[in-house]
Amino acid sequence: MPDAMPTAAAGGLHYRHTLPVRIMHWINVVALTVLFASGLQIFGAYPELHFGRSSYNGRPPALAIGAREAAEGGALVGVTRVFGAEFETTGWLGVVRDGDGDLVPGAFPPWMTLPGTQWLAMARAWHFFFAWVFVLNGLAYMAYAVASRHLARDLAPTRADLAGIGAAVRDHLRFRHPRGEAAKRYNVLQKLVYLAVIFVLLPLAVLMGLAMSPWLDSALTGWVDVVGGRQSARSIHFIVAWLLVAFVLVHVFQVIVTGLCNNLRAMITGRYRVPTEPSHE
Amino acid sequence: MNSAPRRSFLATAAAAASAALLAGCDRLSRTEWFPKVLGAAEPVNEAIAKLVARSGLAQEFAEGDRSPTFRSNGTREPDSDQYRAWSANGFADYALAVGGMVEAPRAYSLAELRMLPARTQITRHDCVEGWSAIAKWKGARLAGLLDAVRPRTGARYVVLYCADPMADDGTDLYYESIDLLDAYHPQTILAYDMNDAPLPVANGAPIRLRVERQLGYKHAKYVTGIELVADFAHIAGGKGGYWEDRGYQWWAGI
Repeated sequence: MPDAMPTAAAGGLHYRHTLPVRIMHWINVVALTVLFASGLQIFGAYPELHFGRSSYNGRPPALAIGAREAAEGGALVGVTRVFGAEFETTGWLGVVRDGDGDLVPGAFPPWMTLPGTQWLAMARAWHFFFAWVFVLNGLAYMAYAVASRHLARDLAPTRADLAGIGAAVRDHLRFRHPRGEAAKRYNVLQKLVYLAVIFVLLPLAVLMGLAMSPWLDSALTGWVDVVGGRQSARSIHFIVAWLLVAFVLVHVFQVIVTGLCNNLRAMITGRYRVPTEPSHE
Repeated sequence: MNSAPRRSFLATAAAAASAALLAGCDRLSRTEWFPKVLGAAEPVNEAIAKLVARSGLAQEFAEGDRSPTFRSNGTREPDSDQYRAWSANGFADYALAVGGMVEAPRAYSLAELRMLPARTQITRHDCVEGWSAIAKWKGARLAGLLDAVRPRTGARYVVLYCADPMADDGTDLYYESIDLLDAYHPQTILAYDMNDAPLPVANGAPIRLRVERQLGYKHAKYVTGIELVADFAHIAGGKGGYWEDRGYQWWAGI
């Protein structure tokens, strides 16, 4: 079976990503995009975050996005408060531009949310359907990663990897990317970040989503107190979502600076052109 | 390689692609068929949740966990002459009609409801919007009331009719429905007290449902009638509740 294991291929192309990994990667891109955009729409129905067992617990919110009228002229001003510090965020948070370019109240800009205009019921329908796409795809990926040894072979850092973390950080900061044999493997930072995303952040997002369900809270009564209560779970869910966005931004940045077309081809056809070793000076 | 223009082209292309993608999703949301596809997840979610937690108890809290103020959402004061008359008289003339598929239909005054087996619980109210608040509730156990009126074979849902009109012209009275699993759950009560005082008008006086493992819109306020039915397709929009008729899930456990 040609897809079973990455191998050296003719024409200087290295077979990097197996077909199941490529398919599951792109399903994940779609699912996470929909989950994030519909999640922002859902957040907009109550654009505040609290830590604790309820949102009315006598303490001010950790984050609050809102709108107020300017003292002069009465124009709408977007206001974002984070732990008591207040920022004017007109155009981005609290007051955003609608389809006609007019400033209107809204937590996040319509181009970021699904649906674009306020529609909580539809956002929930998207969110809970694509949650299944995401979870089933994720479970299939984990099963495949273990069974195919993708996890052990490609993702688990070796002792040598871990010893080279310092060098890897320096190389990344200088935009020096591996070539030759080393470019066929994930580098140590890549491995650690992928493992953290796959086995920590993504499962945590799911768990905190489940924690918001009043019905599932009764599966083991009081279990949401493990993270400080239901509203803490909602806040963690939101923070994890943005950490995932941060990961995607860095990931896409790395994809671009290490060769956009080569990387995209590798994730579509599986074939990756290995950068040649630099000639010795 | 001219990489700077290429990167700005890529950024523009990515932004345009994302905008086009979300616009396409919005068009799908407005089709007849696509929301039905999305809705396929609902019965799966309900079935799995009931498998994992069939009759588990909602978390109950200490007095100190109670919210300083309990937020009023939706109707704050029902705009109807009947309701104003009841309210003016301290709900002395109010009666809860219980009927439909039951052996012994009857009406309960507020005083009679207060005589039924009661339960007191400090629970968290989770609104579909994302906020939550904690309060202490005391009310008649719905299970006890059902035992008194004896549901007939074939009755599957408890429909709750409410006094608050949702439309400005006084129509579209709020209503809700729950199944018998929830109706007989020990924490499902017809609450008449909140935080040791009679339920305020803003929170559903004189009676509101507490169905603790579901979202706030299931907790019907200003309840005036209870009907046992085999199905609710013939009632209002046919989806089993005011918000359900407007696209929200009937099973609101998530």
